Amino acid sequence: MHIQEEYSERHVLSLTVTNEAGILARIAGLFTARGYNIDSLTVADITPDHAISRITIVTNGPPKVIDQIIAQLDRLVPVHKVTDLTANGPFVERELALVKVSGTGEDRIEALRLADVFRAKVVDTTIESFIFEITGTTDKIDNFVGLMRQIGLVEVGRTGVVGLIRGKEPN
Amino acid sequence: MAEKSGADILVECLIDLGVEVVFGYPGGAVLPIYDALFDHPKIRHVLVRHEQGATHMAEGYARSTGKPGVVLVTSGPGATNAVTGITDALMDSIPMIVITGQVPTQLIGTDAFQEADTVGITRHCSKHNYLVKDPAKLASVVHEAFHIATTGRPGPVVVDIPKNVQIATAPYAKPLGFEHASYKPQTQADPSAIAQAVEMLAKAERPIFYTGGGVINSGTKASALLRELAELTGAPVTSTLMGLGAFPASSPQWLGMLGMHGTYEANWAMNKADLIVCVGARFDDRVTGRLDAFAPNSKKIHIDIDRSSINKTVEVDLPIVADVGNALTDMITGWKTHGHKAADLSEWWARIEGWRARNSLAYPESREEIMPQEAIAELYRASKSAKDVIITTEVGQHQMWAAQHFGFEAPNKWLTSGGLGTMGYGFPAAIGAQVGNPDSLVVCVAGDASIQMNIQEMGTATQYRLPVKVLILNNEYMGMVRQWQELTYESRYSNSYSDSLPDFVKLAEAYGWTGIRIEGPQELAAGIRQMIDTPGPVIVDCRVAKLSNCFPMIPSGAAHTDMLLDPNQIAGIMSDEAKALV
Repeated sequence: MHIQEEYSERHVLSLTVTNEAGILARIAGLFTARGYNIDSLTVADITPDHAISRITIVTNGPPKVIDQIIAQLDRLVPVHKVTDLTANGPFVERELALVKVSGTGEDRIEALRLADVFRAKVVDTTIESFIFEITGTTDKIDNFVGLMRQIGLVEVGRTGVVGLIRGKEPN
Repeated sequence: MAEKSGADILVECLIDLGVEVVFGYPGGAVLPIYDALFDHPKIRHVLVRHEQGATHMAEGYARSTGKPGVVLVTSGPGATNAVTGITDALMDSIPMIVITGQVPTQLIGTDAFQEADTVGITRHCSKHNYLVKDPAKLASVVHEAFHIATTGRPGPVVVDIPKNVQIATAPYAKPLGFEHASYKPQTQADPSAIAQAVEMLAKAERPIFYTGGGVINSGTKASALLRELAELTGAPVTSTLMGLGAFPASSPQWLGMLGMHGTYEANWAMNKADLIVCVGARFDDRVTGRLDAFAPNSKKIHIDIDRSSINKTVEVDLPIVADVGNALTDMITGWKTHGHKAADLSEWWARIEGWRARNSLAYPESREEIMPQEAIAELYRASKSAKDVIITTEVGQHQMWAAQHFGFEAPNKWLTSGGLGTMGYGFPAAIGAQVGNPDSLVVCVAGDASIQMNIQEMGTATQYRLPVKVLILNNEYMGMVRQWQELTYESRYSNSYSDSLPDFVKLAEAYGWTGIRIEGPQELAAGIRQMIDTPGPVIVDCRVAKLSNCFPMIPSGAAHTDMLLDPNQIAGIMSDEAKALV
């Protein structure tokens, strides 16, 4: 007998939650307990009184499982609202990365040239290294990091995705 | 405003919330609360022998009275011992509030004596949980905990209170009504969905109501409404294990339980129906059998208060998110407003009668041995004279036989561990039910193995003079494990024999109970009669046929139509795919 894999699709979910102790464990634990996937997860409070946080989760799974994930998140007591950005029409998603690259001579110039193409900013430099700051979609950052790997990538820090629906209405 | 200690605030809250009974066990981290209880005789404290017992007692109390069950345990082992009962209550949607002591806030995280991360451990086995670090917030948390436990889909809520928060003081005023910022269960159905449901029901040629524990949770009114709607439509009714009693077993429309050990007629009717109205059930794997063969030609309506139950395992055509009682009220109103009359279902009923004629619950008779099914049937006959009977069970063959052979007429009279399948549930649940229903005949139907999982609670029944009756169907096996080994592992009985059983009659005497042994069919009726008529707690060691199997049975991974009715249909081996299923 062999375990069978299922077709799966990527969804970006945006949640507003009460900013209380344990909320992140509650959300993340739900994913592990029910065998759902987390590709990335970001969290920060978004109201002046720090009462509400927005959590953005990139997940993947069969459409049926995505529906279940939303329903399961929605029934957690501290969850205010769950929006499936992917299913909800056009939306903006961005991720920020810091990319440390070391090298000398021609590599250094090539790194700067590529950074210019990707609109990455230099936020730290030494004679033998740069740290670039880049924002964009996950794909764009993957591409940039992939190119830097060939030049002399040292390490990467990524924030994970945040996203909002396009237009004037809230999520 | 005068300040009160956290412990006093907690006890005031419990009184304000109408709590009459707390099931608990003291320990270092709850001493201040126990001291506060000492001054409040209004709250009855039932001292258990093990914290798991307290949780199941609270479940039994809640399920039989409709009120939330309250548990009070200490930190560390007190809390971890309660985890099985908390999980059980989550799976079976039982309203329960568990108050746990915790080490003082300054010691949290230091591996202090009797420290456990209670909120961490219970986060995913409770409906919600809290760690209260400020006595000023305690009252609102406790009131909120009761609100969350008892509304929407009910469940267990844990409130963890560090010892210094129990001692520290804060002003206390009874919290007035509040609106929760994010917790707003949907209890009223979408009217257009109701209209559609009524239309589908009126047009159906082969409808069936598939009902579950949600009908019971919705209150006794929901059971009455289910009866009314069933009568209006003339459709047959089947139920899950958890829903037994919501519809009277004596009704001609009753098909018996469905699922793995359900009746032939219930499972075939589900398979051949053109409309399934699922009312407060959740298409559990014990019910559906093989998913791709489940009710293949039917439209499905699913009424559930928990949206996550809808389309979880079976995709339905019409979801209705609402409290069952409200949805049934709306459907009955819709049915009447449109002037619908019960359709002519005679052809459908003729087919059902054909399946019913297979008499799938029949069992072989024996003059030498007590058939376990016969013991249940005898209990059913004998207890009809009692004015109110509550049956609890442990988990295993005896549980299924009780579900099959005891006819339930009313809700809240059948207490069993369905979702989690917790051996050790039934006996403490019976004690809890007896506490909440002092005048009822409460009988725990048990197996020789599962009764031993919480047998220490015999002392609790003695202490509080609770006249619970424990009917042990003793076959000297973990019967259901043995049955599966017979069916799927060629009768290789690995570790399923109950060796070194205690002498249950002597054990009864040791605890000041009455012990009765029933050894043969000739003694059965008199023994059960004696159990019912004996005042005080009674344990009955009923020696039943050792190798009886529970039929009918849908084997793991099989369809409703592949039901096995008797042992001759068993090959004794199974494919790896089937073995991998639970």
